[in-house]
Amino acid sequence: MTYIPLAYGDLILPALLVVMDGVLSLVLHLKLERQLAVATVRMVVQLVLVGYVLTFLFAAVSPLWTALAAFVMVLFASREIVARQKRRLPGIWSYGLGASCTLLAAGSVTMFALLTELRPDPWYHPRYALPLLGMILGNTMTGISLGLDVLITGLVRERSAIEACLALGGTRYQAVLPVVRDALRSGFTPIMNSMAAIGLVSLPGMMTGQILAGVAPVDAAKYQLLIMFLIAGGTGLGTLAAVLGGARLLTDQRHRLRLDRVSSGD
Amino acid sequence: MLTVSGLKRLHICVSFDLRGGECVALQGPSGVGKTLLLRSIADLDPNEGAVKLDGKLRESMPAPAWRKQVTYLAAEPGWWSDTVREHFTAWDDALPLVKRLRLPEDCASWPIQRLSTGERQRLALVRGLVLQSRVLLLDEPTSALDAASAAAVESLIADRVKQGASVIWSTHDDAQARRVGSRILRMSTGGRIEEELT
Repeated sequence: MTYIPLAYGDLILPALLVVMDGVLSLVLHLKLERQLAVATVRMVVQLVLVGYVLTFLFAAVSPLWTALAAFVMVLFASREIVARQKRRLPGIWSYGLGASCTLLAAGSVTMFALLTELRPDPWYHPRYALPLLGMILGNTMTGISLGLDVLITGLVRERSAIEACLALGGTRYQAVLPVVRDALRSGFTPIMNSMAAIGLVSLPGMMTGQILAGVAPVDAAKYQLLIMFLIAGGTGLGTLAAVLGGARLLTDQRHRLRLDRVSSGD
Repeated sequence: MLTVSGLKRLHICVSFDLRGGECVALQGPSGVGKTLLLRSIADLDPNEGAVKLDGKLRESMPAPAWRKQVTYLAAEPGWWSDTVREHFTAWDDALPLVKRLRLPEDCASWPIQRLSTGERQRLALVRGLVLQSRVLLLDEPTSALDAASAAAVESLIADRVKQGASVIWSTHDDAQARRVGSRILRMSTGGRIEEELT
């Protein structure tokens, strides 16, 4: 494998493009320059830091450190899920449901790939485990946050229909089923769209990366296919768990709709 | 038949009995909690107190089984599917009631969107009545109806009461309350009820 390594100095010229964006914002009074500066600094610091952290993890190959890194990734994912909700679940569940579902789905799918197909030695080698988890996590997170958002919004909007069904002796499962279906559909849509468009409209980041690193395009495509299958599975599992869990939390044992448990996002 | 003792929900705190084959009117100013009371009896909101049907506590059975016997019909009914027929398990059972409430017989295939407010209110009543519940909790069941349709509803419910059903009928219309109710439960802003004979 051959690739062209970059020095930090090589990044100065491309970084001028962002400076150009900033100048554009100033000239046109877009008032984006502050936000742009913060985002750029964050990106640089975060990526360089991740580079060093991964270097350390790859040298250590410790199950403990790898697990800790995975845990931190799941925490950030669940924070992102909560931030995307207009309305939130009660108390600890606002974070807990998203976190446990991403962990369950992304974790089990990553393990599945590591133990059955990739089989690195040792199986928890961070060079395989963390990038896989990261890619699956990002997509699962999108599915879960969309699914939960549509679920909660739908339960609020369809309140009178749901309560009509309950009042006539329907169970809570019958009553919320139409909204649950909508929520699952929304959660699954992005991954299906990206599967349909992949390769034609966009070359996925990982495949591009492998090609730049000198991997044969067909091999890179196989890797990408593996990842896409894993992502589809993880999104399905995670969205299903989160939407069913959310529907359960917003109803109770006496088959009542409990919108009093929803709090607004602000 | 229905015994409500120490029912508490927000500011409401009430106790009363309802006999079989009896219709009582529930009256009181808007916002006093008539809807809250009816919803609580049907166990649609968390509430405290003992509510019994023939001596059996509602907690002794699953909530759906309770609501099939003690059925709450909202003033503004909700619809969970697109067409009328999808809201009925057996449309043929509903047909005689549809005719009696002066609704068009071919409305089964209509989209809910096409129905007027009054038609929706009567169809929701039919949807509830086909359950043959022991107790009906009617929340302003004729609020959107003209005089002829309201009379049809009153006579239909009167028949059910003759057959042994118990009814709590919430209404703002004093004349209707005296017509349909053998007693009037009057709710005050403090969340209590007082009984008047008609």
